[in-house]
Amino acid sequence: MYRFLLALLLLLPLAGQANEGEFFLAAKPNEQARLLQDWAAQPDLARLGLLTSLKQGRIAADDTRKVRLNNRLRGLIDNALASHQLLSDDSYVRLAAARQLQKSAQPAQVAFLDRRLASEADAAVQAALGLALANLQLAASEPSVRLAAVRLLGETGDPQARTRLQALLEPGAENDPAVRTAAETSLVQVQRKLLIGELLGQAFSGLSLGSILLLAALGLAITFGLLGVINMAHGEMLMLGAYSTYMVQVLVQRFAPGAIEFYPLIALPVAFAVSAGIGMLLERTVIRHLYGRPLETLLATWGISLILIQAIRLLFGAQNVEVSNPAWLSGGLQVLPNLVLPYNRMVIIGFALAVVLLTWLLLNRTRLGLNVRAVTQNRNMAACCGVSTGRVDMLAFGLGSGIAGLGGVALSQVGNVGPDLGQSYIIDSFLVVVLGGVGQLAGSLWAAFGLGIVNKLLEPQIGAVLGKILILALIILFIQKRPQGLFALKGRVID
Amino acid sequence: MNQPLLVTATRKAGPRVALAIGAVVVLVLLALPLLSLLPADHSLQVSAYTLTLVGKILCYAIVALALNLVWGYAGLLSLGHGLFFALGGYAMGMYLMRQAAGDGLPGFMTFLSWTELPWYWVGTQHFAWALCLVVLAPGLLALVFGWFAFRSRIKGVYFSIMTQALTFAGMLLFFRNETGLGGNNGFTSFRTILGFDIASPGTRAVLFLLTVALLLASLYLGWCLARSKFGRVLTALRDAENRLMFCGYDPRGFKLLVWVLSAVLCGLAGALYVPQVGIINPSEMSPTNSIEAAVWVALGGRGTLIGPLLGAGLVNGMKSWFTVAFPEFWLFFLGALFILVTLYLPKGVVGLLKKRNPA
Repeated sequence: MYRFLLALLLLLPLAGQANEGEFFLAAKPNEQARLLQDWAAQPDLARLGLLTSLKQGRIAADDTRKVRLNNRLRGLIDNALASHQLLSDDSYVRLAAARQLQKSAQPAQVAFLDRRLASEADAAVQAALGLALANLQLAASEPSVRLAAVRLLGETGDPQARTRLQALLEPGAENDPAVRTAAETSLVQVQRKLLIGELLGQAFSGLSLGSILLLAALGLAITFGLLGVINMAHGEMLMLGAYSTYMVQVLVQRFAPGAIEFYPLIALPVAFAVSAGIGMLLERTVIRHLYGRPLETLLATWGISLILIQAIRLLFGAQNVEVSNPAWLSGGLQVLPNLVLPYNRMVIIGFALAVVLLTWLLLNRTRLGLNVRAVTQNRNMAACCGVSTGRVDMLAFGLGSGIAGLGGVALSQVGNVGPDLGQSYIIDSFLVVVLGGVGQLAGSLWAAFGLGIVNKLLEPQIGAVLGKILILALIILFIQKRPQGLFALKGRVID
Repeated sequence: MNQPLLVTATRKAGPRVALAIGAVVVLVLLALPLLSLLPADHSLQVSAYTLTLVGKILCYAIVALALNLVWGYAGLLSLGHGLFFALGGYAMGMYLMRQAAGDGLPGFMTFLSWTELPWYWVGTQHFAWALCLVVLAPGLLALVFGWFAFRSRIKGVYFSIMTQALTFAGMLLFFRNETGLGGNNGFTSFRTILGFDIASPGTRAVLFLLTVALLLASLYLGWCLARSKFGRVLTALRDAENRLMFCGYDPRGFKLLVWVLSAVLCGLAGALYVPQVGIINPSEMSPTNSIEAAVWVALGGRGTLIGPLLGAGLVNGMKSWFTVAFPEFWLFFLGALFILVTLYLPKGVVGLLKKRNPA
């Protein structure tokens, strides 16, 4: 106790920061806790350096001695640091600090928070600070203060506000009827806002799944439309793309560590080239001989996929390989308190749309695209007009496989990379092709995003597996109506 | 090509030789279970392992035969026959689990702390109802799926993909613990069937003989089918469905009948497979298994009666040897088999034999 009084003396502005640090270092853990609580209640800008260092376990940036901390002390340091950061000039720092205080503020800090709230100029910080204060005021003794706090909490969409309000509505926790009713209305408000956030989150993950399905199915739709064969090894092209990304990552790390941030960009052309090359090779050696026999092609390409999977398993091992996100793809954008949009998924949605756009341009604005469309519509007639159908087949197959390779690069940034990667997406991408119709970019686009969103919306309601089964049933019913998919080519040919 | 009959094959290979070989094979198959009953030190004794292996392959041969009915004759490549096989197996497995559990709940349910049986388990303690389920579960599923699929004239690659998605969905469903069918462990540790010890040599021999009987029966069925007008219509359907329709036939009924028949045969094969092998789990429904069945048929020669049996025997025989001798290379071999058979053996081994023996 004597030491504690001494500490209070030292808290006088005359005392230097270093002394406080020394004192903290010498104190016993429970005295350290008391110190931190006092500091948090009466912040002083001069102490910011000390607290920042304490967070790293030191008393000063240039001091090598370690401070022994336990979890309680770490929590208190975070709290004290946040309340000091409220004095900062940077509004971002103040906002982050106010958010931290929403979780950790202590009753002793009420007076200080009240003062800061009155002098705060930035609207966002003010709102966050008000919420932190409201959390504390729920325990205030006057009903009017509690009432105001409850109303304030109702205006946020924060999961924490829900927990606090629910705790308040527990029997016996609140005796004032006015506050109770206000808490009930606030709870309803908060829950509505949370529901919006959840729904948006599900829609976003649906879009994200859809963009991946799109990348997986786009090439499949092109080759199916052109050649009338389903390439069962298409999933393995995704896998090859993902493994190319892994190889590029390893090579860049070894030979050009400075460029590691941009390895996914380097991986894009590599993955495209690898998958397209292998695709064209397969087309020339195996699939070409099976035209007109679609069911046999199914089996032969399945055989190819078995060989590719086993080859990768022998080369790289059966375990997943580690593909890391560069810094600019990690983290996310906080939109609502319970909605974070990861950057990698946003980039992939944009990337998928860009690939669709490029493919559309390629098919509609180039000579090759013209030939591909001609052969898709009528192979014999195109051949009569001088289109080298064999060459078109090969190039289109390479294009389809290459797009899958690009999809593999995208997949490597959001999921595990292992030999079975392609297998987990192939059935879904078949369904996209069935639903969207053959050789149709627009059909694939709608079908992929539609399937992705419906999948993710159904998942929390009835579970992932039942959702998948329901979707399959829906597709079977759907093709009763439109056997040729969403966007069918009109034709009068009958076999 | 348009005469997809055993008749053609045997006529060209020399009917007597073919008949003789067939008779010898059947005799050997009938003798195997009897030999397994011999004392263990006898030189002609067949081990339980061999008997189980051959029994398993025979079950697969029935699946191949069933798949050939729809693929070889009607031109519908199903990549989901593993689902029907597993459904039959599960129906039998339910009965066996009830036998093993006595009056209590099956072990996995007590493990999940369930207190009563789900509704679909009602009556499974009776062998007769289990047999009905063996037929009904795959049959009804095939009926519903087939009715919708053939109504909208889904065929070719579309049909294959839908069946594959169907078996994939089934696998996911059966993997869940909440489905109440054992989750990913499936059913195992059976004890008795109709009161007989399931592991005793006598029961094994009887089950084996039943499998041979079912195989011969389905072979006979296929033979009758191929010779009948029904078989001819199916072949016509495979080769030119539109022309058949212009001739005044409605293909839907024909397709549906052969499709359901094939599914039921698969279910029966599954029901015989489970007590012999002693386990059934959802991985039987994986798309890989079903597509492997397609290569049995393709290797043996589709549209022929004997071909699928040959194919199933060859591939599974090689598989059990390969997976012991060179486990890493089995998939390479299987993959190569898929490619080579489709590229160079469009009519399978039977086609090859036919070429060798031009009559």
